[in-house]
Order: sequence, then structure tokens, then C-alpha cells
Amino acid sequence: MKKDRYIVIVGCGRLGSDLANHLSREGHSVVVIDPVEATFRSLSPDFSGFRLEGDATQLAVLKEAKLGKAHVLIATTHEDNVNLMVAQVAKKLFRVPIVLARVFDPKREQVYARLGIDTVCPTSLATAVFLQSVDQGAGPPERADT
Amino acid sequence: MRVLIVGSGKTLYFLCRNFAAKGYEVVIINRNQEECIQLSRQLSATIICGDGSDAGILQDAGAMGADAVLALTPNDADNLVICQLASLNFGVPRVVASANDPDNADVFQELGISAFSTTHIIGSLIEQRASIEQITNLLPVDQGRVNITEIILEPESPVAGKRLKDIELPENALVAVVIRDDRPIVPRGANDLRAGDRVVLITLPENHGPVLRVFTGEGM
Repeated sequence: MKKDRYIVIVGCGRLGSDLANHLSREGHSVVVIDPVEATFRSLSPDFSGFRLEGDATQLAVLKEAKLGKAHVLIATTHEDNVNLMVAQVAKKLFRVPIVLARVFDPKREQVYARLGIDTVCPTSLATAVFLQSVDQGAGPPERADT
Repeated sequence: MRVLIVGSGKTLYFLCRNFAAKGYEVVIINRNQEECIQLSRQLSATIICGDGSDAGILQDAGAMGADAVLALTPNDADNLVICQLASLNFGVPRVVASANDPDNADVFQELGISAFSTTHIIGSLIEQRASIEQITNLLPVDQGRVNITEIILEPESPVAGKRLKDIELPENALVAVVIRDDRPIVPRGANDLRAGDRVVLITLPENHGPVLRVFTGEGM
């Protein structure tokens, strides 16, 4: 990926702030949106992007973030519905080329795949990794007494 | 007709009462357990306690085969997802979302979900009823014992096209000046009033409302 993309991240929790710090360090222009100002404290001191305090389910806030110019939007809030709504708005109204949403509930993931929204489901990912480890017998280390 | 409503508060309660009176089968989904208990005492509807944007809860509530789903929660993202799930997963033919942020009414429409904004509706109702735009209080005279008011006649005004002498005004009121095409006319009984005229009225506080109604035709 080119290093000068305009990336909007919705939610500045553990995942959002971590992504923002990484992407900013890699040289991208990053805007982080969160309704709670205190969450911006988890951004690292060398984070060079913008912080926008506001509710991303409001169109006015997304316009303020200049979402129309963004190459990428990542919705990382802890509310599935907020992520799904913001992702759809970014894709269908602002025509953002790359849109990703974190969704916790795997049932919702399927519905949104049908709507063309790319989702990342931590539960499904963890399940896959665990299952793979179990398959390959690379699970927990074998106990010495067996 | 089976209607599923997700939401809370007084609007939900009165809406359900209304629908039940019409003979609709109403199912309510509400997250708050206490409110659910209270609703179940007040209404003859089926009440499901849970998250309406959860496909499992929608299924429990009988979304499959419902005629309509209304999402009235105070959270726009929830309302959108509820309606999309109902439509995509359960094939509900009519889904309607409430948009708390008026901008989201258009956003939802673009995303294929029909929506309305209460703020929008109330705003336009108030403007219609009170005709905020068309009435300007120019100045109070003698500490408000006399009002001078300007009103712009709309095409649907009941006095548009009438001659002044045919208009029945309450006592102690006067059409002082009519401004038409930027030209002031001091009208007589034979002059008529037309849509678009700016009419300057002299009224007293006790007849101010009734006089305005003669010109706007609205029953405030």
C-alpha cells in the first residue's frame, strides 16, 4: 500500500488507537473520530494525524472529517451497529474505495457480506486460529507427566 | 396485520395503543426489563425483552411473516440495522426507521430503508401552523396595547382574491397598508387582496390571534 493515503478511523479504543498509531507512523494521513475526547489519550505522542470529537453516525461529523476524500475507512467502535452504519454510509454515500468494519456478532457478518460491506469479526478470526492450532496439534504444550 | 415495533418511551406506548385499537397484532421489542414489565401491564401486545438488532431476538418476536417492522429507538445505527435485518434476513415487506438526526432520514433512504425524522415533521408542522415565516411583528405601540403586524398572503389564504369590504374582520382591527410589487396602497373597501401581498395590520392583543386567522385561514 502506498504510504500517503488518507485514512479515517472511527472509534479510538484499543483497536482504533493502535491502528491509528501504526498507520500514522507509516506515513499516512490519519483522522480518528470518537465522541469521547479522553480516548484520544491512547494515541502515541508521535501520532501526527487529526483527532475529531464527534458521533460518526451523524452525517455532519463525517463531512467534517472530509470522508469524501478518504481512501480508506475503518470502523472500529465497540458497537456493531455503529460500525455497520458508518461503513455503509462511507461506501454508498461517500464512495470510499476501501471500507472495513469490525463486527463482533458473526451472525451479522453474514448479512453484511450480502450488502457488500467487508467486515472483520474478531470472534470468527479467533475461532479459525484456535481450530487450526487444534488441527495441527500445535495446541497447548503437552504435559510432562503424560 | 402484524406489526413489530422496536423502541421505548411514550411515543411507542401511544402508537401501540393506537395500533391495537385498530385491531393490529402488535409485538414490542424493548431492551429495558422494567419498561417491558410496565408495558406488558398497560398494553395487550406481546412484549419481548432484548436487543432488536439481534437476529435471534427478531426471530423470537416473529419477524418471519410480520407485515411491518418499525424501528423507533433513540439510536440511529440501531434503527438502520434493525430494518436491514428485518428486510434482508426475514423478508419483511415494509420496514420503517426513525432518524433521530434529521440528516439520517436521507442517509437511510439512500441505503434502501424508508425513514422519517420526527424533528423534521414537528418542525414543518410548527411552521405551517404558526406560519412563522409569513408573519412578522413589526412593532408594539403603547407598551404592547396595539400591535402592528405584517403578513404575507399565501395563495391558499382565504382572503386572497377578496375585496376588503367582503372580508369579515373582528372589531378593532384594521388593514392599514397593502404592499404589492414594492408599492404601498392604503386600501379602501373596493380594493382586493392578492396572494403575495404584504398586508400591514393594526390589531389589539385581544383580537390579534383571530385577526391573523382570518388572513392565514389556519385554526390555531
